Amino acid sequence: MRIKRSFGEVCFDIVNVTLLSLACLAVMIPILHVLAASLSSTYALTHSEVTIWPVDFNLDNYIIVFQNETFWRSFGVTLIVVSVGTALNMTLTVLTSYPLSKMYLRGRQAILLFIIFTMIFQAPLIPTYLLVRFLGMLDTLWALIIPSALSAFNMMLCITFFRGLPEELFEAARVDGMSEYRIVWKIVVPLSMPIMVTLFLFYAVAHWNNYFSALIYITDARLRPLQLYLYQLLAQFNTAENYNAINELLAWDVSPQGLQMATIIVATLPILMIYPFLQKHFIKGALLGSLKE
Amino acid sequence: MPSLWGLRERVYNQFRASFDIKGDLVKPEMAATAPDVPLRKKDTFFRFVMRNKPLYIMLIPGLLYFLVFKYVPLLGSVIAFQDYNIFKGFLKSDWVGFKWFVQFFSYPNLRRLMVNTLLISLYQLVFAFPAPIILAVLLNELRNMAYKRFVQTVLYLPHFLSWTIVFGLAYMILSVQTGLVNQLLMALGREPIAFLQSAEHFRKLIVISGVWKEMGWNAIIFLAALAGINPSLYEAAKIDGAGRWKQFVYITLPGLLPAIMILLLLKIGHILDSGLEQIYVFLNPLTLETGEVLDTYTYRVGVLAGQYSLTTAIGLFKSVVGFILLVIANRASKVTTGEGLY
Repeated sequence: MRIKRSFGEVCFDIVNVTLLSLACLAVMIPILHVLAASLSSTYALTHSEVTIWPVDFNLDNYIIVFQNETFWRSFGVTLIVVSVGTALNMTLTVLTSYPLSKMYLRGRQAILLFIIFTMIFQAPLIPTYLLVRFLGMLDTLWALIIPSALSAFNMMLCITFFRGLPEELFEAARVDGMSEYRIVWKIVVPLSMPIMVTLFLFYAVAHWNNYFSALIYITDARLRPLQLYLYQLLAQFNTAENYNAINELLAWDVSPQGLQMATIIVATLPILMIYPFLQKHFIKGALLGSLKE
Repeated sequence: MPSLWGLRERVYNQFRASFDIKGDLVKPEMAATAPDVPLRKKDTFFRFVMRNKPLYIMLIPGLLYFLVFKYVPLLGSVIAFQDYNIFKGFLKSDWVGFKWFVQFFSYPNLRRLMVNTLLISLYQLVFAFPAPIILAVLLNELRNMAYKRFVQTVLYLPHFLSWTIVFGLAYMILSVQTGLVNQLLMALGREPIAFLQSAEHFRKLIVISGVWKEMGWNAIIFLAALAGINPSLYEAAKIDGAGRWKQFVYITLPGLLPAIMILLLLKIGHILDSGLEQIYVFLNPLTLETGEVLDTYTYRVGVLAGQYSLTTAIGLFKSVVGFILLVIANRASKVTTGEGLY
């Protein structure tokens, strides 16, 4: 049965589709523009010829970025933080969530309250900084890993998922003489792949995108992660104090914008590449998250 | 009376089925009285722990983390009442009472800091807060599912980009020489504007970039609430002759109200937090006038200039104000709409 739509409704539908298309364009255009400009010639870029399609396609900007040792160093730092940090995150999250997913655990309520309290009263900035400093982690990569070793929010997602696993299965494994640790590793984790993937992506993206911890804890230029490197690359020219650097670049026939754009794209690319997976898993996470926030 | 948990349960159970998520959402209080394994009542607490030793051992690293990195800094806030000296530590530093609070409130630029903080929050509340609600409603009205999915895919993407990258994108399209926006302005015969270096445009920029990044993502909770509305309500309304607008006003909006109120309350509780990571990355010496907020001041004067006690006092002030506002707003909301956080 098809109900004939009134004139007003048709109008609304047209306006609605138009509005949403405009919203999509507003999101896409900045990204496409920077991508196109980073692939264009310096001349086209500095003469404002680029919109969202490359003009005089070339890879000069990327070649300069990839020849830069500082870039590779920052990239390496980020890779270390993402891999070590995420591994630690996952281990801690699973270990803490498993016991707390058991309803019969004595003291469960108290422990959950202890954790939820930290979500309501966030640790203040300066005392946290002083603590990290006291622990001797300033200017080490540990400062980017340990203070965010576990997220209460992600842990709640994990607990919710684990609670759906049948206790009888664990009971059977125990009867067969399996230790609790082996149960976690051999039964819980393999059965929880959907939430494992979600958490992995959550943590990895958070590490990849984090610039603020580095801004606070890292002063050593050799330990700057990629996002901080990018920030400083942008801020450096934002205040237009660094004329020497600009001249040096112009000698290469590369404009600072071109270089910055190429760096922006390189820092965005991994996110764009895993986005299809993100989309699939994050929506579930976001829903669970909004419920458990 | 619908509470936070009530809403969560409703929304969650609706979406569990569609996304095939395992696990029930049970209220914590209910969970305690309904264990999935019968309690061995004779066990004392100690004997229970000994019997389940591995479970408690697994908890140790996680709990240690929360204790050290969440509770110790919270306790460390006492340095707001001390003349904190990095060499003496917070056990031996001298107590100075409310000195730092007094100093903060007599700070000549305090007015500017507070005005900036509150204005940015207010703009976010007025312009950024309704955006995801409107988006969710519009998405919900789409009939073409493939198009809906496409729009969602595009609009969720910016959530996963870091603020540095968002700033980078803004920096490029707003650039005076080459940016798309200024190209457009010049094509229209207007003077180019240095948006990022102008104090006048700073707050707009923060609100717009915030909407750009988070609008799509924040719409998810509202989409979930919309999906939780019973379709038979719409059918009944149609039979009674209600058009799409009437359906929106009498069914959709009331259905969204619990979610809106809860998020609004949370937002009010954070009115003095204006998004440190976002604002800091956009801030430069030329925009400090309108862009410096409590959080960025805390970072600059605390971490960079070493005024630890003063900035901790500011942090404490923020938390206390946020907490009081939350309690008041929650009370007001319960009286007027019946919705509340607790």
